[in-house]
Amino acid sequence: METLAQLFILTLAAGTPLVFAALGELVTEKSGVLNLGVEGMMLVGAVVAFMVASMSGSPWLGIAAGMAAGAATSLIFGAIALSLMANQVATGLALSLFGVGLSAFVGLDYVSVVIAGITPLAIPGLSDLPVVGQLLFGHNPLVYLSFALFAAVQWFLFRTRAGLVLRAVGESPQSAHAIGYPVIAIRYAAVLFGGACAGLAGAYLSVAYTPLWVEGMVAGRGWIALALVVFATWKPWRVLAGAYLFGGVTLAQFQAQALGSTIPSQYLAMLPYLATVVVLAVISRDAVTIRLNAPASLGKPFHPGA
Amino acid sequence: MIRLEARPEPSRTYKWASPIIAVAATVAIGFLLFPAMGKNPFAAFHAFFVKPVDSLYGVAELLLKASPLMLIATGLAAGYRANVWNIGAEGQLTMGAIAGGGVALALHGVDSPLVLPAMLVAGVAGGVAWAAVPAWLRTRFNANEILTSLMLVYVATLVLSLLVHDAWRDPEGFNFPQSKMFSESALYPVLLEGTRLNLGFPIALAVVAAGWVFMQKSFTGYQMRVAGLAPAAAHYAGISAPRTVWLAMLIGGGCAGLAGVGEVAGPLGQLQPSVSPGYGFAAIIVAFVGRLHPVGIVFASLLMSLLYLGGESAQLNLALPSAVTGLFQGTLLFFLLAADVFIHYRVRRTRTVRRTA
Repeated sequence: METLAQLFILTLAAGTPLVFAALGELVTEKSGVLNLGVEGMMLVGAVVAFMVASMSGSPWLGIAAGMAAGAATSLIFGAIALSLMANQVATGLALSLFGVGLSAFVGLDYVSVVIAGITPLAIPGLSDLPVVGQLLFGHNPLVYLSFALFAAVQWFLFRTRAGLVLRAVGESPQSAHAIGYPVIAIRYAAVLFGGACAGLAGAYLSVAYTPLWVEGMVAGRGWIALALVVFATWKPWRVLAGAYLFGGVTLAQFQAQALGSTIPSQYLAMLPYLATVVVLAVISRDAVTIRLNAPASLGKPFHPGA
Repeated sequence: MIRLEARPEPSRTYKWASPIIAVAATVAIGFLLFPAMGKNPFAAFHAFFVKPVDSLYGVAELLLKASPLMLIATGLAAGYRANVWNIGAEGQLTMGAIAGGGVALALHGVDSPLVLPAMLVAGVAGGVAWAAVPAWLRTRFNANEILTSLMLVYVATLVLSLLVHDAWRDPEGFNFPQSKMFSESALYPVLLEGTRLNLGFPIALAVVAAGWVFMQKSFTGYQMRVAGLAPAAAHYAGISAPRTVWLAMLIGGGCAGLAGVGEVAGPLGQLQPSVSPGYGFAAIIVAFVGRLHPVGIVFASLLMSLLYLGGESAQLNLALPSAVTGLFQGTLLFFLLAADVFIHYRVRRTRTVRRTA
């Protein structure tokens, strides 16, 4: 029971960065914008969060800085893909490549620095309760934040007028424009939100999950988050389910090592990537479902002057 | 008010001016960035763009590093023209290196002129096989090739790591995760005495030329271009979409695999945990900067190669981290994409219309 509870906690912890990043990207994509730069934004968020946390001594300040950095990098994407109407796939790729370079560059002096990260809660009394205490009150504070983000995104997209407008922009920007909604401004907001979430995901990795900075430490989680959005057919609750599924898969390698498995670690390290490929194939197989659920204008530039 | 107005026709001038504008803007950013890091911008510029190529050895290095880039970019460009987004060239390169290197290790000590050709065939096959996975998943399961090809990069790197840590590790290698050094017969012959420039360079040029003939002159190449420009028209004309995807992916994979063999049979001479400093990703930038055109790709690969060498030189001469290379690569692509807006749009200043009562 005790180990099972532990496993549950670890799975949530491993899935949380994917929850943040994928929820952010989901909102971006709902507005009709495909930003493939999640990996880059996460890396920039991770390195900036770590640097600020290390300099200020406050991990929470680091988290805030990571979010701001993620949003700032997404603004580059916005300027090129939204204002200048460049190909979104190419611009997103550029953002990922740029993020890898930028984070490696600025983070160089921080590679073996140790910081006090954000540790799991320890509420006196509550967290000490057997099993239940651990399951409910033993998580990292950011894990609770990811729950809140999920609820907020779900509520915003499907229960508010602004969410409806955002989805309308994603389905038919021409119509939204004709009614008088500022399509480009709304898309900017969605891209910025996605950037802040990716920054938060990166910050979680470098300040709470590990906590340390290593070049390229996001290790493809940004791309997995992109796959998750497709896997979830653009539904927030399925993002949540998928993220924990992948969190569990990531965990397998550490668990196997801890159990003294003799399987070379590389095999287990491949699992999350292979799982992503398989899951993506299984979900995408139903082309009709994908087409019905994907925002109709996803990836297409919009020129309001026309 | 400034606004963008669609051009009636894409501007050919801007199509080729845009990379030049992008390079100029990237250099300008460098001039701003270096003083911010406490370096003299002129010294930095010299270390970055002049120092690496002020000797014959330097020029040979430039061509050596440009070879895999132009090779991969040619393959990717064929795909991008057909609107197939293979971004996993780094993985296909790694698989090519594994397959080609595997042949070299299996034939270790065999002194035959056929060893190298066998490696090349194996390397191309390795890259093709690795690219076939996303192609199959896309055509059979409709899975996005961007994500699947990228995921397979991580898998390929881990396969290589597995091999050099275990089965293929050099028993006399002091426990380093590397294979044996290849025999002489498994290495590209050096073309210029005293340098590392090898057979890989003419091979790359030949592939670039073949790529041009294929895309511009062959019917299949024409069909692929149509499929990229106007998918609906292509469908109506009976051009098979799955066939386009397969061709695009396999060409990209084959070229990347060949580049992978080139690394292990060339500068490395053995298998190591990492066989490429991100050539597969840099080649994406090369393909775009070179306008998906072979001549452009050759120039762009030289430029990108110079960025690699410049990064190393800046590290040696200015104590700047070589990670600055990646930063410049990304910046260059950003500026290019931004400058590309003028191909399709022109800037118009709109006057406020005066209303007469």
